[in-house]
Order: sequence, then C-alpha cells, then structure tokens
Amino acid sequence: MRNEILAAIEKNSRIDLKELAVILGKEEIEIINEITSMEKEGIICGYHTLINWEKTSLEKVTALIEVRVTPQRGQGFDKIAERIYKYPEVNAVYLISGGYDLLLTIEGKSLKEISSFVSYKLSTLEYVLSTATHFILKKYKDHGTILSNEHEDFREVIIP
Amino acid sequence: MKNPLSENIIKIKPSGIRRFFDLVSEMKDVISLGVGEPDFDTPWHIREEGIYSLEKGKTFYTSNSGLKELKQEIATFLKRTQNLTYNYEKEILVTVGGSEAIDLAFRAMINNGDEVLIPQPSYVSYEPCAILAGAKPVIINLKAENNFKLKPNEILEHITEKTKILVLPFPNNPTGSILERKELEKIAQICIENDIYVLSDEIYSALTYKEKHVSIAEISEMQDRTILINGFSKAYAMTGWRLGYACASQNIIEQMTKIHQFAIMCAPTTSQYAAIEALRNGDKDVEAMRESYNQRRRFLLNAFKEMQLECFEPHGAFYVFPCIKEFGMTSEDFATKFLMEEKVATVPGTAFGESGEGFLRISYAYSLDTLKTAMERLSNFITKLRTK
Repeated sequence: MRNEILAAIEKNSRIDLKELAVILGKEEIEIINEITSMEKEGIICGYHTLINWEKTSLEKVTALIEVRVTPQRGQGFDKIAERIYKYPEVNAVYLISGGYDLLLTIEGKSLKEISSFVSYKLSTLEYVLSTATHFILKKYKDHGTILSNEHEDFREVIIP
Repeated sequence: MKNPLSENIIKIKPSGIRRFFDLVSEMKDVISLGVGEPDFDTPWHIREEGIYSLEKGKTFYTSNSGLKELKQEIATFLKRTQNLTYNYEKEILVTVGGSEAIDLAFRAMINNGDEVLIPQPSYVSYEPCAILAGAKPVIINLKAENNFKLKPNEILEHITEKTKILVLPFPNNPTGSILERKELEKIAQICIENDIYVLSDEIYSALTYKEKHVSIAEISEMQDRTILINGFSKAYAMTGWRLGYACASQNIIEQMTKIHQFAIMCAPTTSQYAAIEALRNGDKDVEAMRESYNQRRRFLLNAFKEMQLECFEPHGAFYVFPCIKEFGMTSEDFATKFLMEEKVATVPGTAFGESGEGFLRISYAYSLDTLKTAMERLSNFITKLRTK
C-alpha cells in the first residue's frame, strides 16, 4: 500500500485523502496512518509545490554546478557535502559517479548573485578542486511534468 | 434506372440512436464520457518506433498476413500471457484493427443461413458483419441480474441445428463484465457438445481488475474451435494505428487471409513496426494504464454508491453500466436530458442492443478531474429527477 500511496501523492500532494482511499480501494483511516508513519520515518520529507517561475514576474536564475573535490580521509565526501549543503542558496546536492563528484543546484536572483557565490564561497572552500557552472535557460519538464503542457483531447465526443 | 444499392446492405439497420449521436456532435462545451477509446497517448517509445520506421523508408507493403517479426512477437505474447501456442506462420493474421478480423472471420466461415449467437449488450459491429456475411444473427439478451455475464442455459436456449458460431465479447463493451475460467469451462463444454465455433473478441484482455484475463482458447479442446481476436487499440492506447490480429487453426486463417489479401492487401506497415515495440517493451505501460483505469473505476463506483445509483461492479474494460430504470425514462431520453441539462455526454445502453435498455454506458477513459466534475453533474441531475 505504501508504494501506491507514494506514487499518488508524489504526483499530487494535495489529493483529498478520502478520495485517495476510494481510488486505492482502502479505508481513509489506513491511508492517514500510513502517511503519518511515513512522515515520522522520514520517507515523506516534505510537500512542495511545482512552480513555473517563468510565468511569474519574479526574476529567478537556476544553475547546475559540477564540483570536483578531494575526499577526506575517514569521511569520504560526506563532510564536504555537508559544508556545501549548509548554504541556504544551495537547493540540492548530489554525489555523482563519473567525471566529477558533486552536483549542486542553486537558485539566485541574478547571474551575478550566483557567480559571486561560486567565486567567493564555493571555489574557495578547502578540498574543492574545481567547479563548472551551467545556467539553466529554459525548463521544459520538471519533476515529470511538462511545463508547457496544454494537452488537448483529440478524440471524437462519442464512439461506440 | 436500376437500384444502385445491394439488398443485403439495405437490410442493415442504421444505428438506432443516431439521432442522439448527431445531437451530441452539435453541442458545444460538453464533458464527454462517451468515448470507447483510451485517453492516454500511445506510449512514446512505441510512437518512436513508428517514426523510425518511416525515417528508414519502411513505407512498403508487408506480406499479406503481416510482418514475420510481428507475428512471432504475437505468438510469444500469447504464450507468455495465456500459455497459448500458435504457429506464427500459419495460425496468425495481422489485420486492420480487431474490427477487420471480426468481419473476416464471419466471411470465411459462414454459409448462407448459418446462425451466429450474439450476446447483447455488446459492441455494435457483430450483428451487421454477420448479416453481411449471410448469417442469421441470433441475439442472446444478457441479463442485469447476472451482471451481464453469459450463462450456459442462455446459450442452450438459442442453439439450433444451424448454429455455427458463438460470439464471445468479454471483457465486455459496454458493460465491463468479464467471464472467469469456471464460467468459460461451462460454455466450452456446450460448444464442444454442440459443435459450435467461438469468435472470442478479447480486445480488452489487458484491462481486467479482478483476475488475469482467461481466453476460452485456453480451455482444453477449445483452441481449434476458437477464433481469438485481439489488437493493440485498447491495451496500448493505439486506436488510430488500426492494428489487430486473429489467431485460429490453419484452415480458417488461410481463408481469412485470402479475403484480407484481396480486400486490404496488408495492415499499415508503420503500425506493424510500432506494434513490435509495444509487444516487446510495453508491459509496464499497460500496467500503469490499467492501474489508472482501476483507480477511476473505484472512484465512479463509489460516486454511484454515494448518489445511490444502482450499478454492479464491472471487472473489465473501461466502462461502468449503471441502471437508470428508477427514473422511468428510456436510456435515450435519460441520456438526452442529461446532455441538454448538464452538458455531459454518455451513451444510452440501447446503442448496444435492446437489452441495454434502462442502462447507461459511462466510459472512464477520462482523467479523474473530468470524472469528478461529471459525477457532480450526474448527482445534481438525478437529485432533480428524484425530487420531481
């Protein structure tokens, strides 16, 4: 049941729990209990909103930053990752296999704000060997949702 | 001037509810629950294979019976899902949708005056195709109290010496009813004892919500008596690709292929390439769509329960078939009034045979949001009717 609940609320965290119970063929109380347990266990870590910022008047810049670091004895990458994720500007930090070590996503008001973060804070950190910053120009799809999606129903009105 | 028309075609009645269909097509801003096809787009990897085949210039006829690779995949699929063994070279024919296969089967098997048993409510094409092939259609009116399942005694009551084919349309459009193995075993026994062939239209086989679909061909001694018809439209959301298939013993498939060869040549090449991909890598798509349908099915049944509208629990296809007899109107009147007052299009049960009178086909090939709005309107509508 957990997987079914997670699949449903990952797509729509505002789904009415009574309705969720109906479509999954369960009792509402079971659903509520499972969700509460998953929140406690840290399986469900938060409920966020997917926003297409391009459609607002707010200026926002997002960048992906590749970071190469020297892992520390005994602590691997975790300590460095922690140093980095504590910055509130940093949205996400992933340890990556391949050509570099950490991938960050960062949001800022402007290119300048992000580049100053990279040059004054990030690249000056001990153990950071190099960084490569990629600015996002346009988001087509995010969290499985196509942002420009206006899906039209091309079907006839009635078909036997 | 001579009458330009064939007497045979004139005999075919136009759909009794064409008036209703015309009315719907003229209305604007209608929420439709009237469509008998999936709301999903064909999964992208399947569409992509179609596109690739065009890019590579695979734009020629295929062999009459279909691409060898596709027939092999169909055989593998039937083995894997239903443990049926068909020789892909001799016992499988790729057709233009399941519809063509239905037509071919009748034309290949019927002699003038042979009787074809057609349970109704059911899809609209069996009766006219049987008539065009020269058969006498014998309608079996399925009963609401049996949840529109076909009962052995109902077959026995309609069998004569001329009975040649039983049409078995399950999972059923429009009722959503399915037949389970035990029920099929009894039907099979009757067919064997009375030497009757079965045209088993299994186009909704991927969409069952109780147990895995069982084909009557799986029952012992039945494979040689069964013309199994299936296709890609409902399972893979590929209606517009027009691709289906028939599986039967070699002597039947040979004759069906003859008609297909002269009338059609071959099924669309692009669609055949896409279908290979569907069978090879489409299981997870089917599974995801089935889960969505099942959620919607539960939603609708619960909505009916809340508005106290009588409806048996259907376990197949993507239709529910609620009973509207309490309102004392014909299905067509109810559907018309519902359309005019609440702007929701449904299909009167009588579109699928007289025994659909008093019922409404509601398709759940729509998003939950659409279904939610439609159910609010239905609830409104029947509350008004009840307080009158």
